[in-house]
Amino acid sequence: MTTVRDPQPDVTPQRVLIIGNGMATQRLLEALVTRPERPPEIHVFGDEGTPAYNRILLSPLLAGEVDEAAIGLRNRDWFEAHNITLHCGRRITAIDRTARQIIDDRDERHGYDHLIIATGSRARLFDLPGAELQSIHGFRTTGDVASLMAAGEHTRRAVVIGGGLLGLEAAEGLRKRGLEVTVVHRGAHLMNRQLDDRAAELLADELQGRGLTLRLERHPVAYESVNGTHVAGVRLDDGEHLEAGLVVVAAGIVPNAEPGFEAGLAGDRAIRVDDTLTTSDASVMALGECCEFERTTFGLVDPIWAQVEVMADRLCGGDRRYALTPSATRLKVSGVELYTFGLLAPEPGDEVLRYLDADHGDYRRLILRNNRLVGAVLYGDTRDGPWYFRQSVDQNDLSPCRDTLLFGATDAIQQLEEAA
Amino acid sequence: METNTTCPYCGVGCGVVAQHDAGRGDTLAGVTGDKTHPANEGRLCVKGSALAQTLGHEGRLTHPRIDGVTVSWETALSAVASRLGSIRAQHGGGAIAGYLSGQLLTEDYYIANKFFKGFVGTPHVDTNSRLCMASAVAGYKRAFGADAVPCCYEDLETAELVVLTGSNLAWNHPVLYQRLRAAKSRNPLMRIVVIDPRVTDTCELADLFLQIAPGSDIALFNGLLSYMAGKGRLDRDFIEHHTEGFDDALAAAQQEVPDIATAAERCGVDAERLETFYYWFATQLHVVTLYSQGINQSSGGTDRVNAIINAHLAGGSIGLPGAGPFSITGQPNAMGGREVGGLANQLAAHMDYHTPGALDRVTRFWTTPNLVPALPDGPGHKALALVEAIERGEVQALWIMATNPLVSLPDANRVRAAIQKCPLVIVSDCVARNDTLAYADIVLPASGWAEKDGTVTNSERRISRQRGILPPPGEARHDWWIIREVARHMGFGEAFDYQGVHEIFDEHARLSGFENDPQATPDTGYRLFDISGLAGMDRARYDALAPIQWPVNADAPRGTARLFERARFMTPNGRARLIAVASSPAIQQPDGEARLVLNTGRIRDQWHTMTRTARAPRLMHHRSEPFIEVHPEDARHASVQNGQIARLHNTLGEYLGRVRVTTAQRRGELFIPIHWNDQFAHQARASALIAAVCDPLSGQPESKQGRVALSPITAQWEACLLLGHDARAPLGESDWWARIPLTHCQRFQMMGEKTPDWMTWCERALGQVPTLWSEDHGRRHFRAACLHKGRVVWWLAVAPVGTLNAMLGDVGWLDDCFALEALESPQRRRLLAGRAASGEDTGATVCSCHQVGEKTIHRAIADGCNSVEALGETLACGTECGSCIPELKQLIAAQHARRDEATEQVSV
Repeated sequence: MTTVRDPQPDVTPQRVLIIGNGMATQRLLEALVTRPERPPEIHVFGDEGTPAYNRILLSPLLAGEVDEAAIGLRNRDWFEAHNITLHCGRRITAIDRTARQIIDDRDERHGYDHLIIATGSRARLFDLPGAELQSIHGFRTTGDVASLMAAGEHTRRAVVIGGGLLGLEAAEGLRKRGLEVTVVHRGAHLMNRQLDDRAAELLADELQGRGLTLRLERHPVAYESVNGTHVAGVRLDDGEHLEAGLVVVAAGIVPNAEPGFEAGLAGDRAIRVDDTLTTSDASVMALGECCEFERTTFGLVDPIWAQVEVMADRLCGGDRRYALTPSATRLKVSGVELYTFGLLAPEPGDEVLRYLDADHGDYRRLILRNNRLVGAVLYGDTRDGPWYFRQSVDQNDLSPCRDTLLFGATDAIQQLEEAA
Repeated sequence: METNTTCPYCGVGCGVVAQHDAGRGDTLAGVTGDKTHPANEGRLCVKGSALAQTLGHEGRLTHPRIDGVTVSWETALSAVASRLGSIRAQHGGGAIAGYLSGQLLTEDYYIANKFFKGFVGTPHVDTNSRLCMASAVAGYKRAFGADAVPCCYEDLETAELVVLTGSNLAWNHPVLYQRLRAAKSRNPLMRIVVIDPRVTDTCELADLFLQIAPGSDIALFNGLLSYMAGKGRLDRDFIEHHTEGFDDALAAAQQEVPDIATAAERCGVDAERLETFYYWFATQLHVVTLYSQGINQSSGGTDRVNAIINAHLAGGSIGLPGAGPFSITGQPNAMGGREVGGLANQLAAHMDYHTPGALDRVTRFWTTPNLVPALPDGPGHKALALVEAIERGEVQALWIMATNPLVSLPDANRVRAAIQKCPLVIVSDCVARNDTLAYADIVLPASGWAEKDGTVTNSERRISRQRGILPPPGEARHDWWIIREVARHMGFGEAFDYQGVHEIFDEHARLSGFENDPQATPDTGYRLFDISGLAGMDRARYDALAPIQWPVNADAPRGTARLFERARFMTPNGRARLIAVASSPAIQQPDGEARLVLNTGRIRDQWHTMTRTARAPRLMHHRSEPFIEVHPEDARHASVQNGQIARLHNTLGEYLGRVRVTTAQRRGELFIPIHWNDQFAHQARASALIAAVCDPLSGQPESKQGRVALSPITAQWEACLLLGHDARAPLGESDWWARIPLTHCQRFQMMGEKTPDWMTWCERALGQVPTLWSEDHGRRHFRAACLHKGRVVWWLAVAPVGTLNAMLGDVGWLDDCFALEALESPQRRRLLAGRAASGEDTGATVCSCHQVGEKTIHRAIADGCNSVEALGETLACGTECGSCIPELKQLIAAQHARRDEATEQVSV
């Protein structure tokens, strides 16, 4: 049976299938269920055994600060109540675009009018000697957390590869479990994609003060083992051997774009979408870390939430379009306040405002271009972060409040009012 | 406990009530106005009410020092006695000079006068009153034959017309100003005329303001005399029976100023306004003309005073309620100094050297069984002549008491050089540092207000007790004690055998009545100053002495409110003298580059050289830096901007101050305050610009008219530095600075031409790198602070000249931060902003995406947000990454638990 299906977005698809059951999918469902025009039939396929959970809380989960129940987003009752079919523990192995069907790991086929790929990403692992050893993990799932917790039972030492957001969160989680943790980071300073050297130095001081060991400007060259099955250490490029019964690799993510690519969807590093979040197949959309838009891939929640807004609207017959927006970064390590956005280094002609109280762990650096905020790093006292961010997004002329700008919203607003 | 005493500031002499705590010897709990004191009836000005804040032992001189080395009193007294003794033995008594002060109490003044003139044998005893009201004294003596202020304060209230000339009463005698204001509101018919080259705050009360050209006072009052004669408004009867010299005086007046048009032209004021003043004066009998330094501080000051008195004598407006020429003194006890004869041209107790029989009378009075005083036979050097005598080497020793002449004497730089040359300089003072102490060979620690015990006389001749309440700190001693002890060490003990201050007062009172017969004439011993009615008091009666106006004698046992009520003056023939006077131009005239006329004066909240008032931070708020008031046209011409630091200079010196552009100044004229000195600012002594020229009769310097050039200074940066009291001030690290004492720290305003690297500057100038700092490189803004164990050591803000103020925040809050043992985290984060957080406290951050604080969330839950969704709806918390949701749930649960608990308690 072949029927010509109308790909126009103003027609609400009847049967929508979603591959992937992560935070993006859940956010999309939340948005859809509030709207009467929602597609009547929605199926969600996830390869994890549980409904979606808040991946950002993996670090506190690992640290034992929260339990698994606390990070769960919705239980199965919620899906039933909203007439959404949830297929847990079901990996999709192939997409048959011609038949408009997807095939799961039980070889069952599921037909769709409209398919959404939201498969997320996975940790980028290194193809190093010994990569096959046990107790080398990523840090993306509750499964990873469970493995790390189990590994922690038989070793006191761990190495985390990667001193970015995720690596530091993992390292802090392990340290809080009582492990001796060394972070190996290729960059000259921690979080070098988000922080300038001064803020990174404060962060490093703080983390070292807590007991983390850092190896900066180093990278692993081999995983080593004593018994041939389990990892026992990491060899660094300078020859140093770090003893470790557990290795966490958190040095970047790889989009889970394979299901799309294998089905012939276009894309470079991830599944390409246009500003309607539609892939090269008009019946297939993609969302979140597995997609790319204007050569950009995604790892932070803010732009993905913006995608969710657009996608939910379009699935309900709307015509909103997605555009890249700036986003701010926060580090989710308890006791460390960090807020950063925009330009990481000033360009010629840019003006830099700085504040430093090193003993107290406070730092601010604002980059202005024509008196408009184009980048900020806040460390310590971050309460004014969202205000700065909004000034940056709105590109407000801040010259009237420049004398007080470093001291935050209240001072600056007051000066703006006085100047007005 | 409460003790009634008197305020130590201006010549109004207000009574104050000092509240003190027996357990605290260093300061008073508070000071309020004394409702029972006739001078102020409970009122106080801002300086008086801040008296308690000027006390405390910090910054006080507490030990004698010789050549910078702390010594015992015995060593100090022996050194003073032996050094004075050897100079006297070698060069005679005349090689020794004393320079006293209207800050001394009458008893200190009396014993000092007796010591120098009677026993050291030098006539060279002068006082800072020379700078203040010497012309008033000379004018009174010429007109009345005695230094006699005819009026009392009540006269200001009962007058129909009050003329304020050369007096910014609102600022300099605020309580009299308040009394005048109250009287005017009670009597709408009362008129007030203000005559001044500047628009001052006093003008606010004026029915008529005459902004006369500087130095036109004599033309103004001569014009008045001409007008009165021309309009037939003279008191012919009074002139005929009680005066002499009228015809000459009128002739001189008519010759100089025949008519109103001439007067108006000479004074630079509108003729119609001038005639209004003349008409009011000429048609009223109850006229008080109140004058002060604006009249006195002139090379023609005495003539000015007599021009005023002439008009009063011609109109018969003297010796009546609400009438008379009323000189108001600047200092608390200038009058007391005049009474004891503590000026170079006086001998003692209203007797001059040339008064017939006076030398013999005083000699006999001061003679003891074994000591005969050796009084000099003629007057000594007045202040400016004294400096010259030191320059010439004639005066070898100078003892300065309770004053700061290196700041206050004109041509101050020359005075410094002279004093530096003087072989022996002794300074008695109550503060540890001032410009004069820096030049002293021997330093003697004196007691200060609230410690000193004795009497003072105010501008209406009212003698009041100033009571010793607190013990002097350390080794500080009363001035009378110091002089008595030096006298003893020099072998004059018998003549200085006082057991207490009341015995000195008793002797002073007895001398005033000694061979003083009211039935006699001034030539045969009669003196108006007679307080013999107060002689013979024991300690208890002296302590209980209530304020009383002299004369106090058998004829007037309860004192005398008003003089000359019977028109009997102190001249040999009993007639008041009109003096023929004519304007003479000021000696310091604009010349060449120094094209601007410079006026100097006081400001409302400071006193003299600020040694006391600057200790009360709130008195620094009104004007906190040295300044220059300038007319907009002159500012434009000199290329100086309002708020900039500018430079005044002439051949004598320079002065740096912040420009205040104001139309209160006439074009071509500037005003600067007299208070600032090396302790408070760089190059800010007004007297450095004033030539040492004076009135030939009174010796009073021409301080109200200097000549200067005004120019901008080139500075790149301006800074505000707050320094803890124990930190070292980096004064050499700037081209200009001013110090502003605050309660818990000191504020320095600084300026410089070369912009340094500020981090390095901090390390070099302040000894420590900043603990926290911020910078806006593009705007050249830099802020920094240094903390030591959480306590603020210093705070700094730097900006290009003219842009600093926007950076300063709330200096009062910063000052408070210096008082804290350790700054709490929120305060520390506000330190460089310079002000406390104005927003409400949001508590620890829970939602980091939207930066929502715990306290904000608690408030929202209390307001009914019972779910994570509701909180998200209201505050947006938890709606971004959601990682705070577990904590939000906990907060909701915890608050419910508390609420349930509360309910259970209620139900139980």
